[in-house]
Amino acid sequence: MSDASVITPEDRVETGFGDFIDLLKPRVMSLVVFTALAGLLVAPVQVHPVIAFASILFIAVGAGAAGALNMWWDADIDALMTRTAGRPVPAGRLAREDALAIGVALSGISVTMLALAANLLAAGLLAFTIFFYAVAYTMWLKRSTPQNIVIGGAAGAFPPVIGWAVATGSVSLEAMLMFALIFVWTPPHFWALALFMKSDYANAKVPMLTVTHGHRATRFHILAYTLLLAPLALGLGLTSIGGPVYLAVATVTNAWFIRYSVAMWRRGDADSEADGYRTEKSAFRFSIYYLFLHFAALLVEATLRQFGMGVW
Amino acid sequence: MAIRVEHELHGRRLSRNVGVGLTLVGFAALVFALSVVKMSATGPVQGFDHTVRPELVGAEE
Repeated sequence: MSDASVITPEDRVETGFGDFIDLLKPRVMSLVVFTALAGLLVAPVQVHPVIAFASILFIAVGAGAAGALNMWWDADIDALMTRTAGRPVPAGRLAREDALAIGVALSGISVTMLALAANLLAAGLLAFTIFFYAVAYTMWLKRSTPQNIVIGGAAGAFPPVIGWAVATGSVSLEAMLMFALIFVWTPPHFWALALFMKSDYANAKVPMLTVTHGHRATRFHILAYTLLLAPLALGLGLTSIGGPVYLAVATVTNAWFIRYSVAMWRRGDADSEADGYRTEKSAFRFSIYYLFLHFAALLVEATLRQFGMGVW
Repeated sequence: MAIRVEHELHGRRLSRNVGVGLTLVGFAALVFALSVVKMSATGPVQGFDHTVRPELVGAEE
């Protein structure tokens, strides 16, 4: 964060309710809701629908609070990147101090309410997630190391673990493997994006791997992480929440993801620039489907078990 | 005579006020629903509710 003021109070326009929503990063929140809900529903303990709804809502609010704190701290660099310049703070639709106040208030409300609605373990994990994203990732790692998203990815990997903790009050092997799936998926997902958004990160002096080590090293890292991801994803299918449907989905999607990674690894910058980074953009889009399909398959397995059709 | 000219600013302010109001109402409704569910899950509580009614509490050995 720098003291350079992005927008003066005179330039600011009246804040609308939509700006509050944008401050909470609704797209990230939708992924959090989906993975947390999956973690809650695949757990072997039934949760009352009202408690389940409230818990997922407070997990989502906690993720939104972390997003608000991220926008408060990163307002200066958000203004420099085309992808983020339209966010409420750099665009002058919301004061930075308001973003901080909303982030702090919603953090406290979400953690307290999750403790009351579910249990202390789930609330503690949510508090740690907010701290990890807002402090460890945003304030420290993001601007200091090209490993920023590798370690910071842990924040995005916690929601299914919190969902599992809401239902069971504990953390098990299944929860840890769901964590590992998102944790190892995050770097190739963001590095694929960074390959075709390189100038954005360079302009903002964010030390993404593409900026510090170049595209060749990034392509190799994507391949390495994708190869590491496959056994973790398949291993999850052998636990109590997996099954043949999940294993089939995991086998096909991991083979496809590795295929994309090999294709990116074999390409040079000249190839990418010639076709406007088509493979990299396709790989980035596919990585979103990859994660969605894994958790959707886990939900299918949970539904099959409900009807006595679970295989293991 | 009332001032009737509406600026874009007023629309944004209205959306903010209505949105925050509805959010607070929703939050209150959710806390109420949670309270009902939590209270229902704990079983009969009349035996501990101000007036002692020992017949509602299980016999102690």
